[in-house]
Amino acid sequence: MAEFLQFLISGLTVGAVYALVALGFTLIYNASGVVNFAQGEFVMLGGMVTVFASAAGLPLPLAALVAIAAAVAIGLMLHRFAIEPARGASAVTLIIITIGASILLRGVAAIVFDKQFHKLPAFTGDTPVDVLGAAVQPQSFWVLGGTAVVVLGLYVFLEHTLLGKAVLATAANRLAARLVGINTTTIMALAFGGSAAIGAIAGILVTPITLTSYDVGTLLALKGFAAAMLGGMGNPVGAVVGGLLLGLLEAFGAGYLSSTYKDAFAFLVILIVLFAAPQGLFGRRVVERV
Amino acid sequence: MLEVQDLRSAYGRIEVLKGISLDVRSGEIVALVGSNGAGKTTLLRTLSGVQPMTGGEIRFEGRRIDRLPPHRRVGLGITQSPEGRQVFGPLTVEDNLRLGAYHRRDRDIDQDRDRIFAMFPVLAEKRHLLAGGLSGGQQQMLAIGRALMGRPKLLLLDEPSLGLSPLLVDQILDAIVSLKKDGITVLLVEQNASAALAIADRGYVLETGKVAYSGAGAALLADPQVKAAYLGIA
Repeated sequence: MAEFLQFLISGLTVGAVYALVALGFTLIYNASGVVNFAQGEFVMLGGMVTVFASAAGLPLPLAALVAIAAAVAIGLMLHRFAIEPARGASAVTLIIITIGASILLRGVAAIVFDKQFHKLPAFTGDTPVDVLGAAVQPQSFWVLGGTAVVVLGLYVFLEHTLLGKAVLATAANRLAARLVGINTTTIMALAFGGSAAIGAIAGILVTPITLTSYDVGTLLALKGFAAAMLGGMGNPVGAVVGGLLLGLLEAFGAGYLSSTYKDAFAFLVILIVLFAAPQGLFGRRVVERV
Repeated sequence: MLEVQDLRSAYGRIEVLKGISLDVRSGEIVALVGSNGAGKTTLLRTLSGVQPMTGGEIRFEGRRIDRLPPHRRVGLGITQSPEGRQVFGPLTVEDNLRLGAYHRRDRDIDQDRDRIFAMFPVLAEKRHLLAGGLSGGQQQMLAIGRALMGRPKLLLLDEPSLGLSPLLVDQILDAIVSLKKDGITVLLVEQNASAALAIADRGYVLETGKVAYSGAGAALLADPQVKAAYLGIA
C-alpha cells in the first residue's frame, strides 16, 4: 500500500508537469492551429533562468518572476518573428518552424548558460513528509498545488472573461472571430505569451526535483505532446487528464515493470492513440448542422 | 455611405472579382444577386477585410478603408453575418451575442442583447445552450443577431435565407425590413433573388466577377433579361 501510494504521488507530480506542458500545446494549438514544439524550451528557460538569476544573487521568488518574464518575452518574439511572418503557410511548415526555434533556443541556452545540470533548492526544505507510509518530497506539493492554481486560473480566464471567450471564439471559428472584430493576431500573441508563462512555471516548480539543463526541453515537449494527444488535442481538460495519466503510467510502469523503459511509455501512448483513437480521450466531436 | 471602385480580388491566380464598382447610400437596402460563383461572397468578405484584394478602392463614409484590418472596419460600423452562419459552436447563445459586441465599450450591450431576444424570441429561450446545437434557422438568427450586436451602420448579410424553410425565410426578410426602419443600411447577398429584390431599394446583378445589371429593385424584377437569367421566370 505504501509502495502503491509512493508511485501514485510521484506519478501525479511528474504528470502535473506533463499536464502543464500539454496545456501550453493546447493553448497555442487552439488559438493558431500550430503545434509548438518549442514548448519544452519554455520549461527549460523557466528552470535555467531561475537557477542563474538566483545564483546572481536574486532571492528565489524574484528570480522565478524574472524567468517567467524572460520566457514570455521569448514566446512573444517567437510569435512575432517566426510564426506571424509565415501566416498562411501550411501546418507542416509552421511545425518545422517551431522545431527550428526549439533547436535555436537550446543552442543559445547552451552558450549563454552552460551544458551542466543545475539544481534549485526545494521551496520548503527537503525533509520528506510521511503520507500513509509513503515518503513524499515537500516539493511535490508545490508542483501539484502550483499546477492546480495555473489550471484554475486558466479556467477562470477562458470561461469568465471577455478576452478569454475571444480566445475560445478564435479557436472555434477564426473567420467569424475576425468578422466580429476580434484581432486574431493579438489573440495568437496572447496564446504564445501565456503558453510560455505556463511552461516556465512548470520548469521552476519541477527543477528542485528533476534538475535542469539546456536540453531538458526536448523530452518534456515529446511527453507533453503525448499527453495532449492522449487527452485529445485542443481540449484543455484533456490536456490535464492526459498529463496526469501519462505521469501515472510512467510511475507505475517504472515501479512495477522496469524503470529502464520509463521513457518508452510516452511513445507507446502516442502510437496507441494514433492507431486506436486519433481524437484522444476528450477529442472534439465535430457536430455540424446543415 | 459605401463606395466601391474597380474592386479586384483573386484566389491564387484565379481572379474572382474583376473590377466591381457599386455604391450603397445611407438607409438603403441593396441586394446583390447572381448565380453561384459570381463572386458575391468574395465581395462581402473583401469589404470586411477577411479576403485580400488585388486592386481598387473601398470608401466608407468618404474614407478609404481598404487597408484597414478587419477589426478596425468592425469598429467603424461594418459588421457581417457570413455565409453558412459560422456561429461559435462551443460557446453559448449569449456568449455568441456578447462577442458580437466585442469592440464596444459602452453600457448598452445588455440592452441591445435584449432587443435581439425580442426580435428572435427563440434565442432567448436557448440563451444558455451551445450555439452548435441550434437548428439551422436558429443559427441563422444568431448570426444576424451577433452582427447586429456590433451596432452596425452598414450590415452585410450573406445568404441569410440559405437552407431555411419558407416560413423562416419570411421571418428573416421581415427582420431585415425592420432593420431599415431602425436606420441600419443593409447590403444583402441572396440566392433567393426574387425575394431579395422585392425588399431591396436597389439591386446589382453579378456575373462572373462583374456587375452585369444594376437598378431599382422593382425595375430589375421586371427586366425580362434579368428575369430569364436569374429569377428562373421565362
